[in-house]
Amino acid sequence: MISADISTVLPEILLAVYAMIALVAGVYTGKDKVAPTILFLTAAVMVVLAAMIGLSGGGTTSAFNGAFIDDGFARFAKVTILLAAAAVLVMSKDYMLRRDLLRFEYPVLVALASVGMMMMVSAGDLMSLYMGLELQSLSLYVVASLRRDSAKSTEAGLKYFVLGALSSGMLLYGASLTYGFAGTTVFSGIISSVGEDGMSMGLLFGLIFLITGFAFKVSAVPFHMWTPDVYEGSPTPVTAFFATAPKMAAMGLFARVMFDAFGTSTAEWGQVIALLSLLSMFLGAVAAIGQTNIKRLMAYSSIAHMGYALMGLASGTEQGVEAMLLYMAIYVTMSVGTFAFILSMEKDGQPVTDIASLNMLSKSHLPKALALLVLMFSLAGVPPMVGFFGKLAVLQAAVEAGYGWLALAGVVASVIGAFYYLRIVYYMFFGDEDKAGIDGTMSPVLWVFLMGSAAIMVVGMVNLFGVDGLAAAAAQTLVN
Amino acid sequence: MVSIILFAPLMGALIAGFTWRLIGEKGAMWVTTGLLFLSALLSWIVFLSFNGETQHIHLLDWIESGSLSTEWSIRLDRLTAIMLIVVTSVSSLVHLYSFGYMDHDPQWGEGETYKPRFFAYLSFFTFAMLMLVTSDNLIQMFFGWEGVGVASYLLIGFYWKKPSAGAAAMKAFIVNRVGDFGFALGIFGLFFLTDSVDFNTIFAAGPTLAETNLTFLWRDWNAANLLAFLLFVGAMGKSAQLFLHTWLPDAMEGPTPVSALIHAATMVTAGVFLVCRMSPLMEYAPEAMAFVTFLGATTAFFAATVGLVQNDIKRVIAYSTCSQLGYMFVAAGVGVYSAAMFHLLTHAFFKAMLFLGAGSVIHAMHHEQDMRNYGGLRKKIPYTFWAMMIGTLAITGVGIPLTHIGFAGFLSKDAIIESAYAGTAGGYAFWMLVIAALFTSFYSWRLMFLTFYGTPRGDKHTHDHAHESPKVMLVPLGVLAFGAIFSGMVFYGPFFGDHDRVNAFFGIEAHHAEADAGHADEHAAEADAHHTDGAAGHDAAMADEGHAAVVAEHHGTAPSGAIFMAPDNHVMDDAHHAPTWVKVSPFVAMVLGLITAFWFYIVNPNLPKRLAEEQRPLYEFLLNKWYFDEIYDFLFVRPAKWLGNFLWKRGDGNVIDGSINGIAMGIIPFFTRVVGRAQSGYLFHYAFAMVIGIAVLITWMSISGGAE
Repeated sequence: MISADISTVLPEILLAVYAMIALVAGVYTGKDKVAPTILFLTAAVMVVLAAMIGLSGGGTTSAFNGAFIDDGFARFAKVTILLAAAAVLVMSKDYMLRRDLLRFEYPVLVALASVGMMMMVSAGDLMSLYMGLELQSLSLYVVASLRRDSAKSTEAGLKYFVLGALSSGMLLYGASLTYGFAGTTVFSGIISSVGEDGMSMGLLFGLIFLITGFAFKVSAVPFHMWTPDVYEGSPTPVTAFFATAPKMAAMGLFARVMFDAFGTSTAEWGQVIALLSLLSMFLGAVAAIGQTNIKRLMAYSSIAHMGYALMGLASGTEQGVEAMLLYMAIYVTMSVGTFAFILSMEKDGQPVTDIASLNMLSKSHLPKALALLVLMFSLAGVPPMVGFFGKLAVLQAAVEAGYGWLALAGVVASVIGAFYYLRIVYYMFFGDEDKAGIDGTMSPVLWVFLMGSAAIMVVGMVNLFGVDGLAAAAAQTLVN
Repeated sequence: MVSIILFAPLMGALIAGFTWRLIGEKGAMWVTTGLLFLSALLSWIVFLSFNGETQHIHLLDWIESGSLSTEWSIRLDRLTAIMLIVVTSVSSLVHLYSFGYMDHDPQWGEGETYKPRFFAYLSFFTFAMLMLVTSDNLIQMFFGWEGVGVASYLLIGFYWKKPSAGAAAMKAFIVNRVGDFGFALGIFGLFFLTDSVDFNTIFAAGPTLAETNLTFLWRDWNAANLLAFLLFVGAMGKSAQLFLHTWLPDAMEGPTPVSALIHAATMVTAGVFLVCRMSPLMEYAPEAMAFVTFLGATTAFFAATVGLVQNDIKRVIAYSTCSQLGYMFVAAGVGVYSAAMFHLLTHAFFKAMLFLGAGSVIHAMHHEQDMRNYGGLRKKIPYTFWAMMIGTLAITGVGIPLTHIGFAGFLSKDAIIESAYAGTAGGYAFWMLVIAALFTSFYSWRLMFLTFYGTPRGDKHTHDHAHESPKVMLVPLGVLAFGAIFSGMVFYGPFFGDHDRVNAFFGIEAHHAEADAGHADEHAAEADAHHTDGAAGHDAAMADEGHAAVVAEHHGTAPSGAIFMAPDNHVMDDAHHAPTWVKVSPFVAMVLGLITAFWFYIVNPNLPKRLAEEQRPLYEFLLNKWYFDEIYDFLFVRPAKWLGNFLWKRGDGNVIDGSINGIAMGIIPFFTRVVGRAQSGYLFHYAFAMVIGIAVLITWMSISGGAE
């Protein structure tokens, strides 16, 4: 029995063991001198694990009495998480090294956070859920304040920690309410405790507190306030990491709990999530207009995008989950490319984050400007870029599930949101040459990620590389 | 062979339009003209070897959507064959003629290339027109119908440097929209009721449609009448019948060869062709056909009166065209489709020739078009004079009364007038046509006398340099003159002779003829039985849905033959037995018109001016074309402009731009500022927002009763 359980959680165990070995090895050898090695090794381990998970056979297995579930949905999320984390690690190296930030703990912490995230999307019990969530969160609190001598970075870490603690408290409160009224913490138990006549009031309260906790993790309005400050204050590679893997993990966890534990009450949580989605889309779109810092802008952009992903989840259908997964995969890819560019924004060796510095980039660096143009169009959801198909999928899911008003609002919000993406394009191609402000040198690694991401956004319009099919299969295992 | 006829002009148009830089101006002109002559030659072979049996030549499947299935195939029957020779012959001659006419056009300066474009348009027009006449279903026909509309638009506006040409092109296009809307509604209606756009199916459904009611504009109508009327609205637009005729005179802004080809011989007769083509439907729509007769007769009269006083040589001929089209519609309206087609054929020859002759005069007079500045040109341009003379003799209908010897117009026009007498029992249409014949004679001779007789008027320099046109322009005139003289006598038999010949010519089944003659009760009874079956079947369908489609199974097969005459349609026989005075009347009208014109313009040239002064209001009324343009300007153009202006300035400018700008530049930045202020950076604000959020969610869910 135990051996079967172990084999089910093998990827998580491997990554965790690797992280501990790397930590010990780092401490006892060259410390920060071996950091680049550890960083690349971690990325490689993650890619290998992603391949291992992705290529492992299908089917659904559960371990530890249902506390851990390994199914198609979890595998889809894990592959996305691991690849995103690996990509961000590889992209960070130069930046971190140049700023003297490359501590050997950084890749180890990212690895541990990844273990937590993998745990989250596989959780089958409120206990394992919380364990994964906290493992992830605590690692992230630390990397947010990686630059210890910077007030902004420490502020970011502190804010994230305090608010994260508050949200964890709410989540735990919801979990205890749920346990109290359902009598169990296993999802399959919770769902069977919901009777014919719907949920009891206590269970409903528990559900809402749980939703609150997840909403904080996906930075949905009104639990989003930490996002801009943390994105801005953290070192840029960390921001890139925040914008990608943890979002996917939190979304996966959100969907996991909603369907596995409360799958019979889609109407109840559907409308709550729909409201969160609506607020997120509009606030993300409206607030980003006022930003001049590209990292803050990306923070609001990610809030808006989470709104769209939540729209898929709110539908409460298999199609909705498929759309959500597809949307997240596309979003993560776009973010990796965009942050590859942001990481390269510097002038005289100092990082620049002001979007005005992009003025007339097209004149000096046309290929880069074109790549960023493609990414911006894709983020804005302009056809025929891949980003459009992600939006289309969630809108369709919402309409079919009877959330026509939400889809309509989503379209309006995306029109508003298009403004700030297009403004960047405007600066790059029609801006004021006098304000031009970045050197434009770019390490080959970043260049590859930027161009690769942009190319995917264009080429992917042919068949989305089959990701929609994988997402459909994953969604099917979750919703049945 | 028919495919070659159809696609040769298209090839020509494409080659001339897109590759003239490679093959040169001359090359483009020769390619288009050569291909057109090939088409014309093949058309004559098809026409002469055609045995009267309808053929369908499948080219490709075109549109498949739901129950709509449209093939692209050629329907080759007698109507198509007639139209093929008319279109390709006139078109090829016009191509040739344009070599001379379009040379050194004063509209263009040195080094500007316009000829390949002109020839490409001409060939494209020909292709579209052939598409129209060879169509095997309504969609295909509509394609050709719109294609000729586009070509007409392009060619009227060919002199695009002149604002008046652009305006005329737009007018033609927009007025035709009105007609096409009716045509399109007719197609929709037919598809709605018969679930098909295919001619065979629709023709077969004719008797059933006559028994069907259709709700349209909050009223019940007889389906056959309504649909026939809607189709006729389309025909009215294309054939410039009264109320939708205003574009035709203005279309004379185009180069004269265009007027000859499009606005005299071919495109404007498409309406007549449509009515004849739909004869199996029209025969079951007596009210609609009465309307066709009435409107045709009125147009013939109206256009002839306006033609009396016009001074622009091309406008006179344009109104003459309008009037002659009215004749054709009267013939179709009373049910003698063969006579309509007969006049269409002869008219194509003599009217094209009149236009080309007028073009030759204009060419000689350095693009002067006002007849008051002509005079005495007989000696200067003798060939043109003789051609015009033949054309005038043809259009006025000179011939020997009570025989079948005469110019083309004599035979075909008399056939129509006799049919009108028989079809309306000597009523309104008949008298209108006779009076119109008198006017026709008057204005045609007036044109001749003003242009070729008397003393030269106007610019002396121009008169001194008047010269005969080159051979390429005279040869087409000669060929058309041949047609204007003989086409009537040659084709009288098959088109309007005795029943057997007409039936054989158009491939009409024999039993119709017997039924016509009235001694085949059996067939008539059978036909009746058909009707009742169809009606019964239909009633059952109506009971279900109220508007169920009439499906082809409910009734017999489509009548074979190119045109269809109902068993009780004896108009053609009655026409042959019309009283002698009726048969002579058009001749008398012609002679009266000739004498009056002679008296007015040769004997006493001051008389017209005096008459005009004395009858000022009438003269002004006619000169201003019954004030149609002014009335339309007041009724439609200005309100439309006002509405457009209103929607643009107020609707678009203030409401839409205003609200979008207001939202984009006022409201959203406001929210942006609000959100920005909320993002204060203080931890307790953030925590507070979260707590408020959860409080709201909990309250909302509790109140909305999510827990039930």
